[in-house]
Amino acid sequence: MRWREICGIGFAIGLCAFSCGAQAQSPYGIGRPATAAEVAGWNIDIGRDGSNLPEGSGSVSHGREVFAQQCASCHGEKGEGGLGDRLTGGQGTIGTAKPIRTVGSYWPYAPTLFDYIRRAMPQNAPQSLSDEDVYAVSAFILNLNGLVGADAILDAKSLAAVKMPNRDRFVGDARPDVKR
Amino acid sequence: MSSTTPPDDDSVTTTRRRFLTAATAAAGGAVLGADASVAAETGNLPPNVPEWMKAPGEPTGGQPYGAPSPFEKGVVRNISKSLKQYISASSRTPLQELDGIITPNGLFYERHHGGVPAIDPAQHRLMLHGLVERPLVFTMDDLRRFPSESRIHFLECSGNPGYTKPYGKTASDLVGLVSCAEWTGVSLKLVLQEAGLKAEAKWVVAEGADAAALTRSIPIEKCLEDAMLVYSQNGERLRPQQGYPLRLLLPGFEGNMSVKWLRRLHVTAEPVYSREETSKYTDLLPDGTAREFSFYMEAKSIITRPSGGQRLSAPGFHEITGIAWSGHGKIARVEVSVDDGRSWQDARLQEPVLTRALTRFRLPWRWDGKPAVIQSRAIDETGYVQPTLAELLAVRGENYFYHNNAIWPWRIAANGEVTNALA
Repeated sequence: MRWREICGIGFAIGLCAFSCGAQAQSPYGIGRPATAAEVAGWNIDIGRDGSNLPEGSGSVSHGREVFAQQCASCHGEKGEGGLGDRLTGGQGTIGTAKPIRTVGSYWPYAPTLFDYIRRAMPQNAPQSLSDEDVYAVSAFILNLNGLVGADAILDAKSLAAVKMPNRDRFVGDARPDVKR
Repeated sequence: MSSTTPPDDDSVTTTRRRFLTAATAAAGGAVLGADASVAAETGNLPPNVPEWMKAPGEPTGGQPYGAPSPFEKGVVRNISKSLKQYISASSRTPLQELDGIITPNGLFYERHHGGVPAIDPAQHRLMLHGLVERPLVFTMDDLRRFPSESRIHFLECSGNPGYTKPYGKTASDLVGLVSCAEWTGVSLKLVLQEAGLKAEAKWVVAEGADAAALTRSIPIEKCLEDAMLVYSQNGERLRPQQGYPLRLLLPGFEGNMSVKWLRRLHVTAEPVYSREETSKYTDLLPDGTAREFSFYMEAKSIITRPSGGQRLSAPGFHEITGIAWSGHGKIARVEVSVDDGRSWQDARLQEPVLTRALTRFRLPWRWDGKPAVIQSRAIDETGYVQPTLAELLAVRGENYFYHNNAIWPWRIAANGEVTNALA
């Protein structure tokens, strides 16, 4: 009886050691730990709620200057489009036969603007703008769309607070939608 | 952008380049008829001995990396002449020139959002972080140490083609943003297990190391089902245009989600709602709502021979052949109609029929020399039947843009010329 108990306890200890060990170790032991600094340097994902937006801020007026230098050659002086996408106008057209899809008329979340400009724009030199410049250009584009005032200065909190007009118009994938 | 301008270059239809049409005439002998008169003048036809038998040919190893015959120089990617942005555009596979189901690497379709980066694999890293027990960094050597696997899957751009005119003239113009390859790499599930998923892990945000830092969110179920981290395609390392040195592959999902030049996997509780999955790859319905996270490419097929731009040389026997595929699994049947949709017959499927891969179908046919309309429709293992364009437009409207999997009929004129029957 006693021997059995000892065996049982021994087995339980062995099982725990195995499972605890398995949890703390990688199955193949391949790769090395990513440091917090490495993750911080590469993780430029901004959530729709503004999570992970950086420190800093930018004004509409500064954004006007940056936009003229960095963006207008493709997107037009006032974001009317050209080689690059049209960025302004179109509100009220999305449910019509001729929808005009722009930041103001179609984009559901304002923080996505910061995310996209920082990672991908300007197309000839992405990730070259400072966070302050990205806030400023985001503010200017939102101002062109009538979504923030001309004196607005946007930071993490105020950018996340901008309510985009088309936010609630996205639905799930209902396919297959042609049935026989 | 207005409704007359597509949201991007995905479905810009092209007028076939003149030299390609010429090449088609030279290459597609069975359909178009060999031009015997040219060869006869050279004395290479029977009963004469052809000139290439009278002297030794090129030395072995004359081409360290082989290229197709010079006579096939017209079989190239189909690139729109009206591209606004060359670094953010697409090129199409010349489907009507190809046989079987494997797309040669040099002809695989392309869709880039910030050009093709030139990445030194020794300096490339994959970072895996977020809702994991152990954030990890992998080198390419690390990833090649994992147990590997090879699978054949198609990859298709979400906008292939659009819903509005002008419709393309050739099979490539219409649906050339689909290709198929044998992919080798490591199951994403294994790599995620290496880091240990936390209970709240529901999505994985993938990011490319290109100038667009292209970002898409993938449901964890797909990541654990059949997603792969791929480093080789058709036996050789990925081409730069396909994500060298590392790409994601999500079988059956719209192509842009199989992020190329993969550098980062961010495990999260909810999607990141990137620009690509909110303002870009969403499907606008007539009532102004838009479908988001519409991942699957539904069942589809196209006759590639005879097809638009080709010509039947004479009445008589012609094999009808084409490709079918479904993001939901295997192709169960392909039906072909040669009488403008009045009746349908089962085509023969080339074995093996693979899940989420191109499937070659064939139907023997005798053309009576009269005008005809031919078309194919795919049925996949879920029972889904490929719809007509009219059926899709009735539900989705013209501004939907992506995921057009319509049946596409070809019209054959009395002189044998094949054209787009819906154009």
